[in-house]
This record gives sequence, C-alpha cells and structure tokens, in this order.
Amino acid sequence: MGAGHAHKLYRDVRSPVHELPPHTKLAAVLGFVVVVVSTPREAVWAFALYAALLAAVAAKARIPAGFLLKRLLIEIPFVAFALLMPFVVPGERTAFLGVSLSVPGLWGAWNVLAKGTLGVAASVLLASTTELRALILGLQRLKLPPLLVQIASFMIRYGDVITDEMRRMSVARRSRGFEARGVRHWGVLAKSAGALFIRSYERGERVHLAMVSRGYTGTMPVIDEVTATRAQWAYAAALPLTALLICLLGWTL
Amino acid sequence: MTAAPAPSLDVRGLAYAYPDGHQALFGVDLTVGHGERVALLGPNGAGKTTLVLHLNGILTGGAGTVTVAGLPVGKKHMAEIRRRVGIVFQDPDDQLFMPTVREDVAFGPAAAGVRGAALEAVVRRALERVGMAEFADRPPHHLSFGQRRRVAVATVLAMEPEILVLDEPSSNLDPASRRELADILRTLDVTVLMVTHDLPYALELCPRSVVLSEGVIAADGRTGDILADEELMARHRLELPFGFVPGSVA
Repeated sequence: MGAGHAHKLYRDVRSPVHELPPHTKLAAVLGFVVVVVSTPREAVWAFALYAALLAAVAAKARIPAGFLLKRLLIEIPFVAFALLMPFVVPGERTAFLGVSLSVPGLWGAWNVLAKGTLGVAASVLLASTTELRALILGLQRLKLPPLLVQIASFMIRYGDVITDEMRRMSVARRSRGFEARGVRHWGVLAKSAGALFIRSYERGERVHLAMVSRGYTGTMPVIDEVTATRAQWAYAAALPLTALLICLLGWTL
Repeated sequence: MTAAPAPSLDVRGLAYAYPDGHQALFGVDLTVGHGERVALLGPNGAGKTTLVLHLNGILTGGAGTVTVAGLPVGKKHMAEIRRRVGIVFQDPDDQLFMPTVREDVAFGPAAAGVRGAALEAVVRRALERVGMAEFADRPPHHLSFGQRRRVAVATVLAMEPEILVLDEPSSNLDPASRRELADILRTLDVTVLMVTHDLPYALELCPRSVVLSEGVIAADGRTGDILADEELMARHRLELPFGFVPGSVA
C-alpha cells in the first residue's frame, strides 16, 4: 500500500494529469471554478462546453465516467436546496406540467446546479488524480499559511489513529451490552465523544513533546520541495484558459 | 584532564517537583560512559519518565545539573542538546507524526537545516540501520506495531545522537518483533539508556543496570547481579517473569 492508496478518492493510475505537480493542478482548478462562477447563467451553451472540457480532462486522466459520477453524489444536499428555488422564489411564474413555477427561481436553480456541479466535478477530478499528501505539498507551495498546512497535514496523519480509537471505544461499549437505540442513549454517546476529545488532546500534547524533542521550534522544516517546469504550468493552465475564453464569449455573445 | 571522552550523560543531584507540588526526583546521580548500554529499572511512579524528560531539557527548573557529552543542558544549547539526546517515546503513534515514514525520519535533520541530497542520504542510512528502508514511502499508520517502533528508532538515529534513550522499547511487541528490535539495538554504535520493565530484555541488552526508586538511584551495578539480588528486587517492586532465572542465561 502506498501513501495515497488508502484514500478512497484517489485513483491510482498513471496519466499525464496524475503526473502534473500538485500546485499547478490546484491553481488550475481554482482558476477554472472562478471562471465558471463568473459566467452569465443565461449562456447555457457555455456550461455545456465547460462540462465537455472536464470530460476531456477525465479522459486524459483515465478516470472512468462512472467513478466520477458516483463521487458527484456528494453534491446532493446542495441540490436539494436548488430544487426548492423554483417553488419559493417570488417573481414571474410559468406552468410546467400543471405546476406553477417561478421563472427567476428556475434560473436560480439552474445557476446553482450548473456551477455547483462543475465545481464539484473539477474538485473530484483533482482529488482522484492527486494524492492527499501531494495536495498538502501543493498548498504549501502556493503559500497557504503554514499553520493551516500543518493542521491539514496532522489531520491526514491522525485521522486514522483517531478513527481507530473511536472504533475501539465502540467495541468496548457494545461488549458491555450497550446498543445505541434512541434519544435516551445520546448521553452515553456524548460522553464517549468527550472522552475521545480528551484522549486526542492528550495525544496532541505527547506528539508536541516528541516534536520538540526532535528540534521543532514552531515551523515545519521543508522536506519536499515541489517544483513545476514552465511546460507543466502551461499544460495545467490549458483548462482554466480555455474556460476563460468560453466565459468571455458568454459575456459578449 | 584525561584523554577519555566526556561521559555521554552525567546527571548530578537532580531533583524535581511538579508544579502541583508532587516531588518526583530527590537528587539523582547517574553517569553513563560513552558507548555504554544501561538499563533504567524501577517500579511505576519511580520517576523514570520525569528523569528522561530532563535529559533533553523538556523539564528543567529543579535542582541539579544534566550534562550531555560535556555540554550542560540549558536554554543556551537547547537545539544541540536535543540533537544529542534522542528519545524514543513509548507510543510510536506519538513519535511518528508526519504523513510518511521518509518525511518523519527527515524531520529532525531538516529542522537542523539539512536539505536536499544530504537529507536523502541521512534518511536512507537511518532507515537501513533499522531495516526499514523499503518502507520509506508508507504512511506510519499502515505499518505493524513492531515496524513503527523501528521507524521511531530511525527518526532519532537520523539525528546522529550521542545517546539513545528508549522508553519501554519492548512494550506491546510480539516476541519476534521484540527479538528483531534487540538485534538492531545491539548493532548500533551508540550509547543507550533503556527505560524498561522488561527485565529479561535489560539482561539481554544492557551489561549495566540502575534502579530508580522513589526518586533516587537505589542500586547501580551489573544487570545480572541486580536481578539476582532477591531482597533488592523485592524492595523496589521489581519482579522477574515466572520461571526466569537470571544466572541461567547470563
């Protein structure tokens, strides 16, 4: 098992997209999302083109459509909100299959749905082609505040440790005949959560001790420097730049 | 002055009380010569951990002095002291805090300013010394407990310490991992102070033992002699595993 295999989001294949340095991909996705969000919602064809662009990236990255679509399901809670808009937004109304719908609400729903889906799809593509560890290095390279990078990095390292601890506590509870069935058992669960917090906090103190013992003075030493050539930047920029072109067309046409 | 190198560790009159008033050490004197392997034995609550945390200046402020290879532990030389004293903590999950084994081993040297190819070489060598080189790119969580303990030792070896301090090195290890770790520790050309309850392990690895009890050094001598002294052992709540006779293996 390699570093990234553990994570469900990452798809371990070789592709030109996988091999791009993480910070170029992060910048490209961010640029793409900004462009998509700035596109006028009436330019429906532009969104179709964006989707085609992402499909092209997915093909290049050897990410199957099914894999991508399944991971898009995370969007559902937001979609539910968008689906309400045609019913509740005031304004001009239209009838569809005998149901009265608000026209601005429909546009609003389309706006949220289209931009949201494209944004999530781009992020899913990023996550399936970049190992978590590399993402952290990319963020570090893009000069995200070091404290945030450290927090994210510790989350990755200790996520599994804490989940394990949580599972052991759950096994211990069940071994003593506890089954969480209803509201009356929430107290026990809350106490377990509290105990887990304290254990994690104490672990944090021990980890800090270990770090200080090895020369930590408040900043993480740079161990891996990620670099990108001009060609790699240009390759990564292809996505947001093409999108920008479409966006500009959307505003002028 | 003699030509002999300064002892790796020299503790003189070390006393310490925690902020809540609990006094853990009452004047500890301990000298560990260069290249020696010494076991630090003692019952729970004897002050072993407190003593260990003094060795690299995590705890200070009590009475007495600690000197590491001639350098006094104090604010002035803290970075160098922490390089010289390599502590391997009991839970490897506390010790290994970076996302991959390689980065974890690199942490100490990188904090000291080593970069690039030199850093790679240091990491590679440290992992080779504990037989974990092929696991460099694994996340620590995916290693067995014994492997994690070995990586924890490597993280400290990478700093080329003067003295390696091991806190319960054999705890939670299955017998094979326990023996593998012993094989590794024997090959290391470094001073070792080993805090342990595992008396056969102390006998196997450390020619000399000291007993810390109620905050003072209660005994200091050949490990075989100490383990054979039933009265001394009983007085300090030290017990051999059932059926273990120290004279039969030493």
